[in-house]
Amino acid sequence: MELRGAAALVTGASRGLGAAVARRLAAEGMRVVLVARGGEDLARVVADIRGAGGEAHAIAADVADKRAPHAIAGTAAALVGPIELLVQAASTLGHVPLRPLLDTDCEALEQALEVNLVGPFRLAKLLVAPMALRGRGLVVHVTSDAGVAAYPTWGAYGVSKAGLDHLGRILGAELEGTGVRVVTVDPGEMDTAMHADAMPDADRATLLDPDVVAARIVRLVRGADSVPNGARVEASAWDRS
Amino acid sequence: MTPATWPRDEPLDERLLVVDPRAGDWRDARVRDLPRHLSAGDLLVVNDAATVPASLPAVTARGEAVEVRLAAHLDDARWRAVLLGAGDWHTRTEHRAAPPPVARGERLRIAPELDLFVEDVDPTRPRLLVVRFLGDLREPVRCDSHRDVRGAALWAALYRHGRPVQYAHVDRALDLWHVQTPFASRPWAVEMPSAGRPLTWGLLGELRARGVHLASLTHAAGLSSTGDPAVDASLPLPERFDVPARTVRAIAETRLAGRRVVAAGTTVVRALEGSARLHGGDLVAGEGTTDLRIDASFRPRVVDGLLTGLHELGSSHRELLQAFAPEPLLARAWAHAEMRGYLDHEFGDACLVLPRLTPA
Repeated sequence: MELRGAAALVTGASRGLGAAVARRLAAEGMRVVLVARGGEDLARVVADIRGAGGEAHAIAADVADKRAPHAIAGTAAALVGPIELLVQAASTLGHVPLRPLLDTDCEALEQALEVNLVGPFRLAKLLVAPMALRGRGLVVHVTSDAGVAAYPTWGAYGVSKAGLDHLGRILGAELEGTGVRVVTVDPGEMDTAMHADAMPDADRATLLDPDVVAARIVRLVRGADSVPNGARVEASAWDRS
Repeated sequence: MTPATWPRDEPLDERLLVVDPRAGDWRDARVRDLPRHLSAGDLLVVNDAATVPASLPAVTARGEAVEVRLAAHLDDARWRAVLLGAGDWHTRTEHRAAPPPVARGERLRIAPELDLFVEDVDPTRPRLLVVRFLGDLREPVRCDSHRDVRGAALWAALYRHGRPVQYAHVDRALDLWHVQTPFASRPWAVEMPSAGRPLTWGLLGELRARGVHLASLTHAAGLSSTGDPAVDASLPLPERFDVPARTVRAIAETRLAGRRVVAAGTTVVRALEGSARLHGGDLVAGEGTTDLRIDASFRPRVVDGLLTGLHELGSSHRELLQAFAPEPLLARAWAHAEMRGYLDHEFGDACLVLPRLTPA
C-alpha cells in the first residue's frame, strides 16, 4: 500500500514493537494514531514523532475495555481520516512470572484473551467494514511462535495468540475480493520489556531490536498485496525487500 | 405508525416496504430480501458517518441544569449546538422546559475539568448557540483560545461525557454501539444515519455476490428535532459531507450503464444532490456543506431511489421522499404499512422507494 499521507492506527504503541512501528510509519509520512493505556511512555513516543516532523496523536485507552473501541475508532478517524492501516501490537502475557496452565488463574486467562484476542476483534470489527466500502485497507496482527509451539508456562499467552492467528485466517477469507487484507505477523524474539518479564534470564545479545523488526513490518505493509489474505507470516521474510 | 422502541436482535427480519413509483405499486418484503429488489450493476451508496455522543448534560454559571446537543462540528474546538432545558430524553422534546437564557461569553460546565464557552447566540433563535470546548476552570471566566480543548483531548472528553442523542419513544438509555451503523467511520453525525443500520456485513456480501456495487460517502447527519419550533422550521441546518473520488467514479459508471443509483438514507441523497447543486449539476469529489432542502418540486440529478425509514407526513424526510414518488402513492403505501404493523423511527422498519428498471 501507499503509505505517504495515509492514516494508520497502532495499538500497544507506547513501548516495544508497537512504538517502533508507529515511529517508522510516521517517518514514512503516515498520519499515525497511537493507542496505549497511557502514561508518560505514550506521550514521549508522540512527542518524538512530532519532533521529527511526523504526525502523531495519542489515545489513552485499554483495548480490553468493552467501552473503548468506539471511542478509539471514532477519535482516530476524526483526527486523521478513515483508517487504512490497523496494526494491533498490544499484548499481555498473563501471569508474570509465567505459570503452568494448571496454576493459571481463570481470570488471568480471561485477561489474556481480552487483550490479545477479543480486543483486536472489537477494533477490527469497527475498522474493517468502512475500509471494505472504500475498497482498500490492511490489518496487521502481531502474533508469536508461542501461538504455534506448545511452550510450557506460556499457556494464557499462547492460547490467545493461537486464537488471534485463526481470527486473521477467517477474517481474511471473509474479506476476499473486498480490497481489504489481513496479515498476521510473527516478529521473532525481541529485546522488549515484555520479553524480559517472560524470560528475565535471556541473553539479550541473542534478541532482535524491535526497531529492526519494525522496519521489516513496514516492508511487509508496502508489499502486503503479495501476501495471501489471512496468512500468518514471519517478519524475518521481510528482512530485505 | 407505532415507533420501534429498541434495536431489534435480527435486523434482517425487519420489514421492507418496496414502493415502485414507476409502476405505482408497493409490496411487503423483509430487509433480508433487499438483494432481490436490486439488480446487477445497481449501486448502493451508504453514509459511513459514525454517530457522536452529542448530548451533554451541563450546568449554567447560575446553577441551572441544561442539556447541550451538539448539532455540527464547525472547526477545531467549536461546535454549533442546541440548548435544551432541564431534564433529558425521557421527556418528549416538545414538552421539555425552555432553557434559561444564556449570553455570549457565558460558560456551561460539563465536568470539573471541562466547560463549554458560549461564543455566539443566534439573534432570532436563542437556543441555537456556537460553543467552544474549554479545559481549565481555575482561570477567570473569559475567552482564551489557549485553553481550547482540541484534537485527541476534545474527542476523549466527548466520548467520556457525551451520550447518544435520543428521544422519548425509545425505552431505555442507549449505548454508543446502539447508534452506530455496521460501517461507521468518521464521527460526523449527531444522530445515527439510520437507513444503514440493518445493512449487515452478510447482507452487503449478498448484494456484492449479486453484482450490486457498493460505495460510501460521509455526511454529517444533524438533529431531527430540537423542541423549538423556530429552530425545527429551519432544519436541516447546514451539514458537512465528503464524497470520495471512488464513489463519484462508481456513480458515473452506473449511470453510463443505465443502472440505478440507490441512496441508503436521506443523508446520502442530501450529500449527492447537494454536491451536484454546488457544482452546476455535476457531482464532484471532495468535501462541501449543504443546506439543500429537498421536496416534491426537486428533480434529483444523481439519485434514482432510496432505502430509508417510514417517515411521517409533515416531516422533512417525507418531503424528501416526495421528490422520488408522488405523495398519493406514498400515502396509500403508508396506510397499508400501518395496517400491517410496520414500525417507524430510527430502529423501525425500512422502505425502498425505487423505480423498476425499464426494459432495455
